[in-house]
Amino acid sequence: MELNEQQRLLLNQFQQKLPASTTPYADMADACGMTEDTVLAQLAVWKEQGVLSRVGGVLNHRRVGASTLAALAVPDALCDEVAQQVSEYLQVNHNYKRTHRYNIWFVVTGRDDAEIDHVLVDIEQRTGYTPLNLPMLQPFHLNLGFAL
Amino acid sequence: MKTATPSITFPTTPPLSVIDLALLHQLQEGLPLCSRPYAVLAETLGCSEALLAERLDFLQQDNQVRRSGLIIRHRPLGFKANAMVVWNLPDASLQALAEQLAAEACVTLCYERPRRLPDWPYNLFTMIHGRNEVQVREQLKQIIERFALQHIPHELLFSVHCYKQRGGRYLHNDYAPMGPVYNHQNVICSISEMAVNG
Repeated sequence: MELNEQQRLLLNQFQQKLPASTTPYADMADACGMTEDTVLAQLAVWKEQGVLSRVGGVLNHRRVGASTLAALAVPDALCDEVAQQVSEYLQVNHNYKRTHRYNIWFVVTGRDDAEIDHVLVDIEQRTGYTPLNLPMLQPFHLNLGFAL
Repeated sequence: MKTATPSITFPTTPPLSVIDLALLHQLQEGLPLCSRPYAVLAETLGCSEALLAERLDFLQQDNQVRRSGLIIRHRPLGFKANAMVVWNLPDASLQALAEQLAAEACVTLCYERPRRLPDWPYNLFTMIHGRNEVQVREQLKQIIERFALQHIPHELLFSVHCYKQRGGRYLHNDYAPMGPVYNHQNVICSISEMAVNG
């Protein structure tokens, strides 16, 4: 994707902190030398293209709710079928196939640890495979903002 | 001498108010793309838009919201490969090495997680993003050389397929703990083409 200077400014400046005002898009526009309408139109295009997931926030799940990374080791022939069962949980928000004996990797989020444990037990009972439960113990880098 | 304790003290982390919970929920769902994105939520809650903007500012300062603004998917921007690189670091050196790895530009996530012996010996997870798998491997090679990690057992797990990807939903609509919930209609795979290992 080719970005012009204003688009690059918009992307790079507003991945960390939403302007603390009731009109954040107008504030973004001011900072990038754009009009509010242009900013809104650009964001809508990026949303449509899939570049922009949302304008919102990433919650600190150690303060708000709970989450864990879990993995299943499933025979390759059954991988898609089991992964489909895992994806069906509302509490599963990421689910990837990866190149390893543990080939299904997914993130479970919930209000608290009990909800997560409940889901993991349910997955084990439904699929017959025992999830590896790998909750985060310590973050060293929590910034998935990209400099472009 | 100490002055008298005020009669009302607040805990350092007050329970989340209804407004904060609703705002957090909106932030994980996404704000509307319109001139006054807090207007509808403010009306629903019976508070001012300014209060919502202030609460967001507070929640971020208080580290309940890690970051806010444009939440970007990197893959459509050309970062097509991502590898989870897992390391079995000696416990004594984990802290120092993890801080160094986390400071690398290509390392986007760096977490300590528990070993699960004998199945899983790795205690540090790093996510390395790159434009393709060759670039990811080259970046890893440079990191290993720079920090002299040749003797540290590690593995690369490339993602070869995305079954589901969406923002974390730590809070659900009813703000109450839930049991497992299946959603057969809404199993999304936003990404079908992934860099395949070669």
